[in-house]
This record gives sequence, structure tokens and C-alpha cells, in this order.
Amino acid sequence: MFQTSLELLKFHWMAYTIYALLIVSVIVWFGWNLTRKERVKSAVRIPFYGYIAFLVAGGVGHHIFTYNTIPWVEQDIKRHDITPDKKFEIEVAKHRWTLPAERMKAKQGQKIAFEVRSSDLTYGFGLFRKDGTLVLQMQVLPKHDNYMLWTFHECGKFDLTSTEYSGPDEYDEEGHDKMLVKDALEIECGPETRVAMNEKEVK
Amino acid sequence: MQTVENKGFVRQLIHGTNFDADGLSALQKVTLRAVVMSFLFFGLVAIEGMIMRIVQTGPTNSFLPKMFGVPDHYFSIMTVHPIVGIFGSTYQLVFAAFMFLVPYLTKKPLYSVKLANFVWLCITIGTALAWFAGFIWHYAPLYTLYWPLPADVEQFSIVGGFVFVVGVALIMIGTLGFIYNIYATIFARTGIHANKTTKELLISGFGIDGLMNLIHKLLGKKPYSKEPALSLPVVAIFRGTVDTFLDALVILGAGILVLIYLIAFSGGADWNVHAVDSLLYKNFFWWGLDLVADGLVLIYVAGSWYLLATLITGQKLFMENVARAALLLELFVSWMVWSHHLLADQPQPEMMKLVSGEMVTAFELLTQGLALFITLVTLWKARPLKMSPELAYLLGGLVGFGLAVPAGIIQADMGLNRVLHNTQWISFAHFHIALIVGLYMTLYSALYVLWPLVTNNTKLFSKKLTWAHFWLYLIGGVGMGAFAGMAGLDGMLRRHLYVNGEFSGWMILAAIFGSMVLIAWFLFLYNIVMSVGLKGLVGIFMPAKNDVAGYGIEEETAAPAKA
Repeated sequence: MFQTSLELLKFHWMAYTIYALLIVSVIVWFGWNLTRKERVKSAVRIPFYGYIAFLVAGGVGHHIFTYNTIPWVEQDIKRHDITPDKKFEIEVAKHRWTLPAERMKAKQGQKIAFEVRSSDLTYGFGLFRKDGTLVLQMQVLPKHDNYMLWTFHECGKFDLTSTEYSGPDEYDEEGHDKMLVKDALEIECGPETRVAMNEKEVK
Repeated sequence: MQTVENKGFVRQLIHGTNFDADGLSALQKVTLRAVVMSFLFFGLVAIEGMIMRIVQTGPTNSFLPKMFGVPDHYFSIMTVHPIVGIFGSTYQLVFAAFMFLVPYLTKKPLYSVKLANFVWLCITIGTALAWFAGFIWHYAPLYTLYWPLPADVEQFSIVGGFVFVVGVALIMIGTLGFIYNIYATIFARTGIHANKTTKELLISGFGIDGLMNLIHKLLGKKPYSKEPALSLPVVAIFRGTVDTFLDALVILGAGILVLIYLIAFSGGADWNVHAVDSLLYKNFFWWGLDLVADGLVLIYVAGSWYLLATLITGQKLFMENVARAALLLELFVSWMVWSHHLLADQPQPEMMKLVSGEMVTAFELLTQGLALFITLVTLWKARPLKMSPELAYLLGGLVGFGLAVPAGIIQADMGLNRVLHNTQWISFAHFHIALIVGLYMTLYSALYVLWPLVTNNTKLFSKKLTWAHFWLYLIGGVGMGAFAGMAGLDGMLRRHLYVNGEFSGWMILAAIFGSMVLIAWFLFLYNIVMSVGLKGLVGIFMPAKNDVAGYGIEEETAAPAKA
């Protein structure tokens, strides 16, 4: 259902906003009716066990829903059994990335493995779109193998920075992020995007 | 609330309405001392929050001194912000309320007023020390203390770290003092508990009697216990305090570890910080720290809702046995959910992510949903009710948790966590709304319910100010949480400095609503000061003329049990 995090976040934004408006309205309606002298007729009668079932279904169903609609969940769980199309090994120490000698490039639809190692502190490995939205991230624990597998269903250039705080030395005196690497990764557009672009042109 | 006669500003400011500090008992005074400190720290934390919001608006802000945007300074504010907010303010307010409520509800004197005084002093001094460590030495490893950052002496001053850890340790020692006082009061075999055994009190405290009653009902047997030894709010306090204890031990343990390394480094030793495994440390630390959020807060809040609902309506709680059993269930849930903080950590075993991080965490929707349901039905059954400030604040608290709990559950998912972890979503849509709106509005409700009891029926200066505080606070808290949370969906990280105004639109909106919270705090403070007067405020900190440590019981039995 969702191909990129952008699509997921848009859906999430809408679903949560509707929920938030609903819960606030329910409590306002409830509060107003609490003070009314005349007997209020319930619009909906919610049986206790129905309510409990709804909560359980909500809690469990949410994970079943995301497992089936977000492509990276299953891939992440099975990552050690999947052979990646490309692998990038990255090191980080003293708030500086050591990226592969050759520029990180891959094709849309390829399975890309990122293996990041820190020799001093806990960092975060995060790739961002040009508009600042987050594509993916993982924590980078020192002296541990931090391995992630990702399939890009979008193309373009992506910026890299740490998504975890590792002390003020990440920034210069004026507060600029020294760990920000512009265009750290380039994903070439594949047939998926071309099809989408052609459809757009036809429309 | 009654109308207050017009005395003139200065006279009103000095003398208040009809507050008489000399007439307060030792228990009332110690409660009010902690409350005063709590609200002073609340003001500090609100100002800190506003500074950070304004810095994040980037070049749009031209009035805030540049020093606040310097990374060392900015992150030292971010480090002390939760220490002041959670421990200096929230802990103090909750502890004050419970050290008054337990004697009030059990009709027994507080075990020791001296210990209660030690608690608020310890937490106040400890919070101040931690704050100074940030302000003077710019010690800034954040509250998460991810190993080995707190022992990184290349970035931080050893003295700063030492002062910070000592401050936090003092807070935890004060916390242990509170725990001892609460349990010593609950287990004291005096008054209504003179004939109860420790076993009976323990069974009731853990909610086992509620569960047994439910089982007996299902089996068609007679109730296991018709008259539980402890009332439901006391059960919630008892239960929540278990998590408070474990949390204090973990934070103390982490503090000792940091301290040992700092002392070694200051002596010139070259210890390997990686001798402590960062993942193991993270699991240990989050297990304890999460007990604050998912154990202590949710359980204390549920107990407070039950108490407030029964006090406001004057009726019995709906489905009391279910509520007791749910508190027992929460005991296990709260101990097993910490892994949702490690969903973005790839070396964390997948099974722990799935079971602890996702499945058990989802149970919180059930336990908190149950508390919400029971509270709402109890209120509904008692209608029509007058929309008093205490009822309005209680409903505000329900709104807060109604918004914040699902926002957290959504993120405790391996799919969404990949793009929401460490973003402003979790910071604002989840825990700022949970704390500012959910927890604090519940506490304000408790404050208005307890006000006549703790102050001997002191008239509040202005009803209009009370309502102005309510609306500004509610709209400001929800608005700030919503807009800053939306910035998180756009990729804004929560532990990051943005000086180019990358998310300035959201941050300006968040700052506008955040300033409403700050103004609301000022109105509340003004209303309280004008009610008790400056003279009364000073009088609260003067020694009590009577050492009564109970409330609503015969004076001869109400002397402190310790004395």
C-alpha cells in the first residue's frame, strides 16, 4: 500500500488528525451533557466488552496493518536472510562520517544494505529528502554492528545526518550541523518512476 | 468559590483573602511547601521550553540573545529541561499530593513529617544543582545519558558532570524518602488498619483482591473481599510507588556508574568507556526510565482520576474490581514495555522489539482505555453535575491522555518508528501533551479539590482567573503539542539544533501556543499569591505550631507516627 515514508506520513497525518478531532469532540460533548438537567439519550450505546474488544483490536490490528502495508517492516525483520544488491560500509567517530571512497549510488528498487560502525559515541544514521522529510533512520551504537536493509522506491539525492544527539561538538559555534552531508546518496530513477512520470504526462 | 471583597492591590498582595498560615498543621504545611516549589519549577521549565522554541524559529527571531543558540548553551537547557520539569515540578507536586492524600484517605497520620520535609528539600536542592551544572558548566548529555556520552570528558567538564550527578542522586534520595514514608504510613497498624495484617494490606495494595473478586464472580462464588483493606486511590499510589522505587534505583545506578568514571578520569586514569556495553546500558536505563512514563505516570494518573471522579460526584466508582485488577495488570505491563524505545536499534533482538516493544506496549491502550472508561462512566452516572473548575480540569486531563497515549502507541511500531523515532512527533504529540495536558490538568483538578482541605477553606482570589488559566492552558498545551508534533512528521528531529529556520513555520505556531501556557502559569500563580498573600506564602515555610500529621481524625491519634 505505501511505497515511501512520505506516503505513510501523509496517511498518518490524516488518520491522527481525524482521531484527535474525534476524541476532543467526544469529551466536549460529554462534558456539555454532564451538566444538562434533562435526561440525555445516548446516541450510541457502547457495551463494555465491545469497548475492550475495540481497544485490543486497535492495539494488535495496528501492527498487523503496518506489517502488511509498509514494505520495510518484513524486510527489516528478515534482513539477515536477504542478500543485498548493494552494500555500503560507513564509519563514524568524533562527529565525522567516513563514507565509502566512491560516491554512494544505487538504482531505484535495489536492496541496499547500510552497515554503520561507531568507535566512540551513540549516533543516528538518517537519510533525508531535499525537503527535510525523513526517509529512514537507525541508531548507531558504538562497538556494535548497525545493519539496515532498505529498498528505495523513490529516486533522487538524499542528505545524511545524525538522528541521535552525540554532544554539542556535532555543531560549529554558530550552530550549523557538522555531520550534515549533502547529497550523500544518489538513487537513479528506475522503471517504476518512469511509469509514474509517463502516466502524469498522459494526464 | 465565593466572591472576595476588594481590599486594594497592595493589601491583597500582602494579606491574601482569608489564608492563615499559623492555623496550618504540620501535614498541611509540608504539603504546601512542596506545592510552592513545584510551581516555581514549572515556571522555570516553561521559560526554558519557550527559549528552545524561539531558538528553533531561526533567523525569524531577532530578539532572543544569541547565547541561547550556541550549541553548548542550547543543549544544556535541553538537558536540564526534563530534570526541572519532571523531578523539580511533577515529582514534587505528585509527592505533595500523595503525602497528604494517603493520611487523608487511610485516616492515619503520615509516618514522618520530618521525612516529608527532607523529601521536598532534597528534590529542590538536587534539581537546583542539576540546573547549575547545565547553566555554569554546560554539562549536556541530555536526560537519556546514552553511554558513553555522560562520561565524555572531551566534550564536558568533569566538575559539571559531578555536580549534575550529585543533583540527580539527591533527587533520587528524596524519592526514596517519599517511598519509605508512603509505605510506612500504609503499613502502619493504627486507626482503621489496627486489625489488618501485612498480608491483607499487601494483597489489597497490589489489587489482587479485585482480581480475586472478579474470578469469584465468574465462578459464582461469594466475593473474596467485600471490604478491601485499602481504598482504590491508595491502591494506585501503592502500585505506582513500586515503579517509582525501581526507577529511582536504576537512575541512581546509572548515576553511580557515571560518577565512578568521572572520578577515575579526574584522577588521571585512562579507563575504557567501552567496557560498559552501550546496548546493555540502554536496555537497563530505559527499563528504569520507562517506569516513570509507563508505570508511575499512567498508574498514578489512573488512581487520581478514580479519586477525583468519586470526590466530584460523591458516588462509588463504577466497576471498582475491574479497576483494581487493571492496576495489577499494569504492574506487569509497565515492567515489560521498555523495548519500544529501542525499535530503531538494529542490534536489539527482534523478538524483544516484537514482544516488549510492540505487543506488550499495545496493552497500555487497554489499561489506560479502561481507566478512561471507568472515570467517564462514574461521572456520567452522577449527572447532572455542575461544571466546576475541578471537573473541567479532570476532563482536560482525559483529553490529554486521550490524545497522547495513541500518539505513542502509533510510534511503538517497527514500521512507523523508522520515520518517527527521535522526531518532534514523539516529543510533542506524545509526551508533552501527556505531561502538560494529561498529567498537569489532572493535577490541577486535584489541586482545586484539595485546596479547601489543605488551606483550611481559603477563598480563591478570582474565579475568572481560574477559568482564564484553564482555557489558556488547555488550548496552549494542545496547540503547542499539535504544531510541534506536525514538525516531527515533516522530519524535524527532537534532539537537534536548527539555526536556519528549517521548520520555522511550525515552530512559530508552537511558540505562540507555548506562550499561552506560560501566560496561563503566570495567571495561576497570580491568583494563588493573591489568595494566600505574600505573608501567608512566607508563613508556609515557617515552623508549624501544631504537629498534627493527619487530616480529619482525632487530634490525639493524628500526631506523627514517627514522633
